[in-house]
Amino acid sequence: MTENTLKEKINMNGNNSIEIDCAPNGKPLNYKILNEEIHQVINSGYKKIILNKVCGQRFIGASLQGDLEFVINGVPGNDLGIFMDGPKIIVNDNCEDQAGNTMNNGTIIIHGDGGDVIGLSARGGKIYVKKDVGYRVGIHIKEYERKHPVIIIGGTARDFLGEYMAGGLVIILGLKILPDGKITENDYPICGNELGTGIHRGKIILRTNEDLQSKLGVGAKLFKPDEDDLKHIEPYLKEFCEIFSIPYKIITQKPFKVVKPISKRPFGGSYCGQIV
Amino acid sequence: MNWKNYTSLPKIFQNQRIFDGCGISGYLNIDGKRESGTKVKDMLCILHDRENGLGAGYAGYGIYPDYKDYYALHILFDDEKSKEKVISYLESMGYIILSEPIPTKTPSNVDNPPIIWRIFYEPKKMKSISDDEQMIELVMQINANFDGAFVMSSGKNMGVFKGNGWSYEIADFYKIEDYKAYMWLAHSRFPTNTPGWWGGAHPFNLLGTSVVHNGEITSYGTNKRYLESFGYKCTLFTDTEVIAYLFDLLVRKHKLPILIASLALAPPLFNEIERMDKEFQIALKNIRATYRSAMLNGPFSIIVGHNDPIPTMIGLSDRKKLRPLVAAISNDDNTVYISSEEASFKRLKLNAEFCDEFKEIWHPKSGTAIIARVGQGLLRNGLEKPLEKIKLSVMGG
Repeated sequence: MTENTLKEKINMNGNNSIEIDCAPNGKPLNYKILNEEIHQVINSGYKKIILNKVCGQRFIGASLQGDLEFVINGVPGNDLGIFMDGPKIIVNDNCEDQAGNTMNNGTIIIHGDGGDVIGLSARGGKIYVKKDVGYRVGIHIKEYERKHPVIIIGGTARDFLGEYMAGGLVIILGLKILPDGKITENDYPICGNELGTGIHRGKIILRTNEDLQSKLGVGAKLFKPDEDDLKHIEPYLKEFCEIFSIPYKIITQKPFKVVKPISKRPFGGSYCGQIV
Repeated sequence: MNWKNYTSLPKIFQNQRIFDGCGISGYLNIDGKRESGTKVKDMLCILHDRENGLGAGYAGYGIYPDYKDYYALHILFDDEKSKEKVISYLESMGYIILSEPIPTKTPSNVDNPPIIWRIFYEPKKMKSISDDEQMIELVMQINANFDGAFVMSSGKNMGVFKGNGWSYEIADFYKIEDYKAYMWLAHSRFPTNTPGWWGGAHPFNLLGTSVVHNGEITSYGTNKRYLESFGYKCTLFTDTEVIAYLFDLLVRKHKLPILIASLALAPPLFNEIERMDKEFQIALKNIRATYRSAMLNGPFSIIVGHNDPIPTMIGLSDRKKLRPLVAAISNDDNTVYISSEEASFKRLKLNAEFCDEFKEIWHPKSGTAIIARVGQGLLRNGLEKPLEKIKLSVMGG
């Protein structure tokens, strides 16, 4: 794309912020062209990028580093923020699958539904979703030293929540946040079956009165939250509540339940057990 | 379209790999209003990243209101000779009401395009065998034993348009904007296990049932053997074929309600069934036992169109939700949309021609059917428990 045609599509808003129309004349851009444009404006020194009329373009924010902010108006496609290392992405609509795939650092805030497989293999960063999410959320997220991914869901999740989890924190709040800002309890179950199946590190925290025993997957065990757990989650929850304007006292109206691995090394026997 | 690149990959695929799967889209107007194919083309073509140009297709229901009492055969021929053979065979088995080419836009540089033909047909009345059964035998006979001929669709007042190419190319080739339908299904293909060819493109059809499918049916062998015991012949080398035939078997032949048929194809796991009420347990265990070999395994999301007797659209994903499926309903509660990605709905919103507004967009539960029917509305939204809202009386117990 030449310099001139790029300028036609882009509205300059002051020095640091820039808007890109992702569907000029009602025709959505191909994801490759859009991502190329994003790279160009970043190279020009812009820090805040507002993407309008996004319609299923994939890989937005892929592998980007540094102090950048994206505001996405529309529905971003699969693999939003894949391999991202630092930027902040705000989505003002629903999001398709695999947001935060293998993310290393940064924040993804979704003001809508979240789709399936959120935070696939994430190694760090935060993903906050206002409404409900689909299947396999937090699959194989992991932690190491200061790297600690956090996924908080305002609504409910479906089956295979925290599958093969190897670290980090997943919190499901079970709220229903209506368009007018009113907040009620969600009518749907807090999560589906096979909760935390194959989990071997990290924890899943669910705000619910439901009996979760029958939903637990292989290697997962239900605990009551201890003081450390509550202390651990409080700053993240407060940040979540601030972002989505939820009064913090609503959060404490229901008890938390914690899902952790059954032991320190639940699947040790499954691999080379005889040899070791 | 695939008139070229016979021996090498298209240039844009060289030096790179793209991991994706098929895209499916469809919608149904509950009031039966017929709309041209441009809308479904838009819904499908935005899923461009899910296809690789090796197959696409569209199915329209309600496109032949003037001939709605006759079976509409869409047939693909390699040459005039195979066409003559098939037509003379059809003449010997029944009455050809109308026989004409399907209008297509073939590029001028193509030397040997397929002959795409439609025949409105009525089989001879027989006491021993119903018209539907006769038609199925005819279709199976042509597909299995006539070289250079292949039946794309054989339902009443509906038709399938498919071929080997990108979704927008197939839409232009068949001029689907010229057809008006109250239900459209569409599919763009990314073949993984079988080669991309014209017959292997979706939708797969048998009489009034058409299926578009994203995924792989790993239970293909079991399903195929099961279907063969009922006289179906699987000739198209593609797993999706069995879904079309299974639906035909369960819904048309065995007269199962669509909800029960969907539970036979994607039943709940036994440990889930154990936690249900007693009568649900009996019903579901019986469904699982009776239709053990009809169960579909492997990742899939499908949209099924069915018009016998009332046009119905069914969306279903596998029990572990390994393929995406999103549904939406329009603001006036009249149109139910199903697609692989939410981008399809967003696209209709952005297009100045349609400006569709959606009352609700939701993700149906895995293994749970969405059922929408002309004249009756959205019967199930795919968020219910199995058999919820159903009056069930178990006999014997």
